[in-house]
Amino acid sequence: MFDLKDLYQEIIVDHNRAPRNFREILDADIKAEGYNPLCGDKLTVYLKLDGDVISDVSFQGEGCAISVASASLMTDQLKGKTEAEAEKIFETFHELVTDRESEIDLEKVGKLGALAGVREFPARVKCATLCWHTLNSALEDHDQGKDSHETISTE
Amino acid sequence: MSAISSIIKDNVVDHWRKDFPILDQKVNDKDLVYLDNAATTQKPLSVIETISRYYSEINSNIHRGVHTLSQLATDEYEETRKKVQQFINAKNLNEIIFTRGTTEAINLITRSWGEAELKPGDEVIISEMEHHSNIVPWQMICEKTGAILKVIPMNDDGELLVEEYKKLINEKTKMVAVVHVSNALGTINPVKEIIQIAHDYDALVLLDGAQAVAHLPIDVQELDCDFYAFSGHKLYGPTGIGVLYGKENLLEKMPPYQGGGDMILMVTFEKTEYNELPYKFEAGTPNIAGTIGLGAAIDYVSEIGFEAIDAHEESLLQYATASLQEIPGFRAIGTAKEKASVVSFVIDGIHPHDLGTILDTEGVAIRTGHHCAMPVMTHFKVPATARASFALYNTRTEIDVLKAALIKTMEIMGV
Repeated sequence: MFDLKDLYQEIIVDHNRAPRNFREILDADIKAEGYNPLCGDKLTVYLKLDGDVISDVSFQGEGCAISVASASLMTDQLKGKTEAEAEKIFETFHELVTDRESEIDLEKVGKLGALAGVREFPARVKCATLCWHTLNSALEDHDQGKDSHETISTE
Repeated sequence: MSAISSIIKDNVVDHWRKDFPILDQKVNDKDLVYLDNAATTQKPLSVIETISRYYSEINSNIHRGVHTLSQLATDEYEETRKKVQQFINAKNLNEIIFTRGTTEAINLITRSWGEAELKPGDEVIISEMEHHSNIVPWQMICEKTGAILKVIPMNDDGELLVEEYKKLINEKTKMVAVVHVSNALGTINPVKEIIQIAHDYDALVLLDGAQAVAHLPIDVQELDCDFYAFSGHKLYGPTGIGVLYGKENLLEKMPPYQGGGDMILMVTFEKTEYNELPYKFEAGTPNIAGTIGLGAAIDYVSEIGFEAIDAHEESLLQYATASLQEIPGFRAIGTAKEKASVVSFVIDGIHPHDLGTILDTEGVAIRTGHHCAMPVMTHFKVPATARASFALYNTRTEIDVLKAALIKTMEIMGV
């Protein structure tokens, strides 16, 4: 088990330096913007849906290592998942980074476990969850037939 | 000779450090290196003990009681007003108004003076390097009154363009509100020149002195500023107490900012007669302990003297600037010729927020973010900066620790 105090795991550094799925999806079904005023993190999440399956997901933007790595890991995890599965993963992830008492089931959280250290740094939780909040509210808006024009802010 | 003088100096700084109990502790198992002084300074024991003694021995409400403790509390509260008057060399005692801090002092001006004096088409000038607290209150009052807000630009060193200011100012300008020392850049602005130019057009000048008071001797009469605002907590005093200085003739004409107790002479349901200066602007029970604590902070700083503080901080600034520049990818944000002891910077490939978090694990406290000066970030095209700001108790050894921690951060981040 890694040291939780060691926030900047190799995997986070790697995903920050070479973020996966860092591109625009031109014919995206959903495009949502997120903003974290604390760090000045700004990112756009793109989603392509096939029924209720996420057939492609990507992001662009700039921010601190935690927010970029989190978005990169998120897009990696969500491809091929249904909306319901994505929501479950978000719930698990949210607990992972916010609940200091919760058990860390690395099998369940997979690569996202690299961000578990965030729970020891309350000031950085918003960085790790920005992409997820952005995606989540975009999906909700999409399901309600609304266009997502509002920027999601973590403040 | 320089070796000997620097040894003596280090001894003096060690002596000063002992006055600040908070500095002697471990954070994340490392010796605390506190370099976030532009956000708030630490408090010397004399300030802490003054506040403690106030609550232990004389706590009472002021100005109203006839009993002994109330008189003692009133005396100490008013004694601090005298200390502030001397500290900034105000002409009159009633020109010193206690507020919650710089922000409230500026809001007092915009709400009282601004609401009464600004008319549609009047102009207010601020600068590109203002803290949000000297932007937003002016935006609010301009929106309300129909006045127009104009902004003095700065160059890429973070220096105000005085020539551009001369083009902005005209007969419609009623107020020039600028920062004395920039919190995000450290720039010391040529405020005397700015004031002279404003007065040529009969415009008033408010100086935001939040960052200046701990670094420079302030003489409001020599500056000839119309208003000066500062906070106690950036001057080794408590939070929640600040000062608005205003010229007597201007304050006399201004309507009260808040209504309540202490700011009145006579109240009937038909009419209220307001109290005289400065009480007209001090409604309600004030921060008595904080005020008396501010008095102790002023005593502390005055005893050391700005000559010694400035010499030490200037040497820290030069040492830090030279030392940190050796780091590959280091870029200083704010390189004005006239600078206070603030080093704002970015390092290529590392977001300032990641820097701040990793430095904290090394016991080093710096500020990262936009420093409540988003337009400054926009100017330099960065989302945020890291900022190390020095106080009288900081040492060269601490700057060495900062540098080593930055290099470690770069290793961790693979930069």
